[in-house]
Amino acid sequence: MRNKLLPVCLLVATSIFGQVPVDTTSNAKMDALFGRDTTLHTPKDEKMNLDAVYNRPFLRPGKLPISKGGYVEANTQYANTDGVSEGLSFQMRRMTIFMAATINRRIKFLTEIEFEDGTKEINIEFASVDFQFNSLLNLRTGILMNPIGSFNQNHDGPKWEFVDRPLSSTRIIPSTFSNVGFGLYGKKYTRNWVFAYECYLTNGFDNSIIANTQNRTFLPAAKVNPNRFEESFNGVPLVTLKAAVKRRKFGEIGLSWMGGVYNKFRDDGLVLDQRRRVDVWAVDFNTVLPGSRTYLNGEFVWARVDVPSTYSQQFGRRQQGGWLDVVQPVLRGRMLGWNTATLNVAARLERVDYNVGTFNETNENIYDEIWSVVPAISFRPSPTTVIRANYRYQWDTDILGNPPARTAIFQVGFSTYF
Amino acid sequence: MGPTAPREDELLDGPVAGLTPAQSARHLAGDIAFNDEIFTPETGLGPVFVANSCGSCHPGDGKGHPFTTLIRFGHTDSLGQNEFDHGFQIQNRAIPGYEPEQLPEGTPFAKFTPPSNSGLGYLELVSDEDILGMAAANAKNPDGVRGHPNWNLLPGYVTPRPNSRRQGDRYITRFGKKGSVYNLFHQTVVAYNQDMGITSTFDPSDVYTLKSIDPEVSDRKVRDVVFYLQTLKAPIQRNPDDPAVLRGQQLFVQTGCESCHKQTLKTGYSPVAALANTEFHPYTDLLLHNMGPGLDDGYTEGSAGGAEWRTPPLWGLGLAQNSQGGQVYLMHDGRARSIREAIRMHGGEAASIQKRFEEMPAASQADVIAFLKSL
Ligand code: HEC
Ligand code: HEC
Repeated sequence: MRNKLLPVCLLVATSIFGQVPVDTTSNAKMDALFGRDTTLHTPKDEKMNLDAVYNRPFLRPGKLPISKGGYVEANTQYANTDGVSEGLSFQMRRMTIFMAATINRRIKFLTEIEFEDGTKEINIEFASVDFQFNSLLNLRTGILMNPIGSFNQNHDGPKWEFVDRPLSSTRIIPSTFSNVGFGLYGKKYTRNWVFAYECYLTNGFDNSIIANTQNRTFLPAAKVNPNRFEESFNGVPLVTLKAAVKRRKFGEIGLSWMGGVYNKFRDDGLVLDQRRRVDVWAVDFNTVLPGSRTYLNGEFVWARVDVPSTYSQQFGRRQQGGWLDVVQPVLRGRMLGWNTATLNVAARLERVDYNVGTFNETNENIYDEIWSVVPAISFRPSPTTVIRANYRYQWDTDILGNPPARTAIFQVGFSTYF
Repeated sequence: MGPTAPREDELLDGPVAGLTPAQSARHLAGDIAFNDEIFTPETGLGPVFVANSCGSCHPGDGKGHPFTTLIRFGHTDSLGQNEFDHGFQIQNRAIPGYEPEQLPEGTPFAKFTPPSNSGLGYLELVSDEDILGMAAANAKNPDGVRGHPNWNLLPGYVTPRPNSRRQGDRYITRFGKKGSVYNLFHQTVVAYNQDMGITSTFDPSDVYTLKSIDPEVSDRKVRDVVFYLQTLKAPIQRNPDDPAVLRGQQLFVQTGCESCHKQTLKTGYSPVAALANTEFHPYTDLLLHNMGPGLDDGYTEGSAGGAEWRTPPLWGLGLAQNSQGGQVYLMHDGRARSIREAIRMHGGEAASIQKRFEEMPAASQADVIAFLKSL
C-alpha cells in the first residue's frame, strides 16, 4: 500500500507544482488569518475546512513569532431516557490550548492540546510542522488530524451552535482523530473557485474497532490505544485523501477517503490472520443561502470494515450516517451592548446506522441505529463566542430493532475562543 | 418535556419489590455484569463462542432472537455422557484468526432461542416435593397429560439444597428448555462457559482446548449475576380485568392448558422477603412432557428425551415482541411465528387438549390468545 500510494501523491503534487507559478502570497494569506475573528456565517472567500487549524483567533504577544490561543466549552444538561433521569449535571467538556510558531516565513508549527472532561483525557490533537513550497505544495509532518469529512479538522467548539459534537462524526468517524504521519496539501485559486487537496500517510486503526465494549463496530475504540503515537499497530499506514472545491461566495464541497489495514495480521513474523481493511468515505458541504443568509453545513459518511465472516454479526461490516445543520441568523448587530452580536435559531438532524445489513438467520434488517433532532438557539455576543441552548430528542434502536430508547436532553452552554 | 417511562407492566427487567439497600446494591452489580459487560478477546471471549454478553441474548431480560439462538447436539447416554468430546453446544462464532465449530454431520441437534429471565427466582424456590406432586397428580389425567421431572447429574460445583430429592446420584433439575439445569448458579456458570467462552473457578475448562485455564470471570461476579437473576421481578399481567382476558383465562383452564401451564405455584423460604413463602403465577409445572414427533429433534439432555420439553412459563409472553425485534419467535427454537401457531404445534401429551382448542369457536380462541397476550 505504502509503495503504491506515496509515489501517486508525490506525482499529483509535483505535476501541479510544475505547471503553476509559485504563489508567494498564500503564505501571507495564512498568516493574515492569525489574530482574526472567525465568523461562522461569513466564510471568507478562500477559507476552507482544510484551513481550520490555522483559522482561529490567535494572540500574538509583542513581536514574538509565537501566537497563542485556545477555546473552552462547558455546559449544563438535564437528560431523561425513557422517563429515567440522572438529574442535572454540569460538564466541562473540553479546554483546548493552541500555540503556533512561525519558524520561518514558510515553516510553521502549530500544536493543539486538549483537556477533555476535566483532565480525564489529555490529548495532543495536533502538533505539526508545515513546510510551504508553494500554495499547491505544502508538507505537513507530525501529529495531524486526518482530513476525513469536515468536522474532524474543523471541530472547535465556538464554531458550532450545538453543545454536542455530531454523532456520525464522533461514532463512525472518530473525531477528533489525529495520528502521527506526514503528507502533502495544497490549494489552487482561480477567479471564482478554490481547489484543495490533502494526502497523508499516518498510523491508524487496530483490532479494537471490532473487539470493544461498545459491542459494535466502533472506529473510535482505536483512539484508546496510546501506542498509536509511538508505532503502527500493524506496519501498514492509513491513507487519507481529501479533495475539496469551493465556489467563492457560494460554498464548499469535499470528498474524502481514509483506508488501511486495521488488524494485527502478523506478529513476530508469524501469520495471525489475513489482512483486514477498514475504509471510510465522506462527503461534506457547506453553503450560505443568498437572501436569507441561512447557513447549511453537513457531512455524510460511509464505512466498510472487513469483519471475519466467522465472527459475530454484532459487529457491522458497513456503517453509515450523517448530519445536517441549518443555522438561521434572526438578529444581527448591536444587542445588549455588544456591537457585533448575532442571534441564531438552528436545527441539526442526524443519524447513525452502526450496522447496515441483514441477519443471516432471518434476512431481516440489522438495526443498531440512532436518529436525533436538535433544535437550538444561539447567541453570539461576538463571532468567537457562543452561548447556546439545545434540546435534543434521540431514538436509539438496539441491534434487533426493539422499541427504541427515547432520550430528551436539555442543554445550555457556552464556548469561546480565548 | 421528555419521554415518559414505559409502564412497569411493560418491562421485564427490574427488581422484586422490597429489596434492602444491600440487596439492591448486589442486584445492581449483577445487572451491570449481565447487561453491560461485553467480553472481548482481551477479557477472555471465546476463542470460540456464541455471543459476547448475557444481555445480547437476553435483551431487556426478555426472550431472545434467532440471531442469538444456540445449537446443541448429540445424545446423552444413560450415564450422562455425551458422545462427542467437544462439548454439547456448537460454538458457531470465533474471534478473528480462529475457526468456529461446525455441526458434526448426521448428528441430532436442537436449536434453543433464549428465554426470558424474569421471575426465575420464584421458580428456583419451588420445592422438589411440589414438583413431584404435580407429576403424581397427572397419573390419571384423562387428557393423557403425564410429565416427569428431569433427573440429572450435577456438576461438582453445584451443592444440592438440603431437602433435595434424589434417585441414585441424580437430582431434580428444572432450568433450561429441557429442564436439565439444577439452579440459577448452575445456569450462570454454564452460560459464561458455553455461551461466551468465559471460564470461572467453577468451570475452568476452555471451550477451545478443553483444558483448564485461568478464570476469566470472578466468583463474586458470578454470584452477583445469580443474585440479579434471583431477584428479577415476576412479569406483571396487563389488563387483567379486561372481559376478553377473563373469558380467555377461564377457557385456558377449561380446555386443559392449565394441566401443564400451571397458574399458581408457591415458594419456600428465602432471605429475600419478596420471594419467600408466596404464591406466584408462572404458567408452568417445571415438568418434562412428550410433545409428539413434530417437536422431536432427537436431541436429549439428562433424562429428557428428544420429544420432551419442560413446560415453558407463559408469564411475560405478551411482551415477546418487545425483545424479539417487533416479531415473535416462540417454542424452543423460535419456529412458531405467532401464539396461534405455537398452540397448533402442540402434540404428544398435549394432542387432545390442542384438538379441543382447535374445535373451539374462533371467538373463544381469540379470547384465549387475548389472555395469553396479557401475561
Ligand atoms: C448465546 C446466547 C446466550 C448467552 C450469551 C446467554 N444466554 Fe442464557 N440462555 C440462552 C438460551 C438459548 C437459553 C435456553 C437454554 C436451555 O434451554 O437450555 C438460556 C437460558 C438461560 C437461563 C434459564 C432460563 C430458564 O427459563 O430456565 C438463564 C437463567 C440464563 N440463560 C442466564 C444467562 C446468563 C446469566 C448469561 C450470562 C452469563 C447468559 N444467560 C448468557 C442464551 C444465552
Ligand atoms: C402436555 C403439556 C402441555 C399442554 C397441555 C399445553 N402446553 Fe403449551 N407448551 C408445552 C410445552 C412443553 C411447550 C414448549 C414446547 C417447545 O418449546 O417446543 C409449550 C409451549 C407453549 C407456548 C409457547 C411458549 C413460548 O414461550 O414459546 C404457548 C403459547 C402455549 N404452550 C400455549 C398453550 C395453550 C394455549 C395450551 C392449551 C390449548 C397449551 N399450551 C397446552 C406444554 C403444554
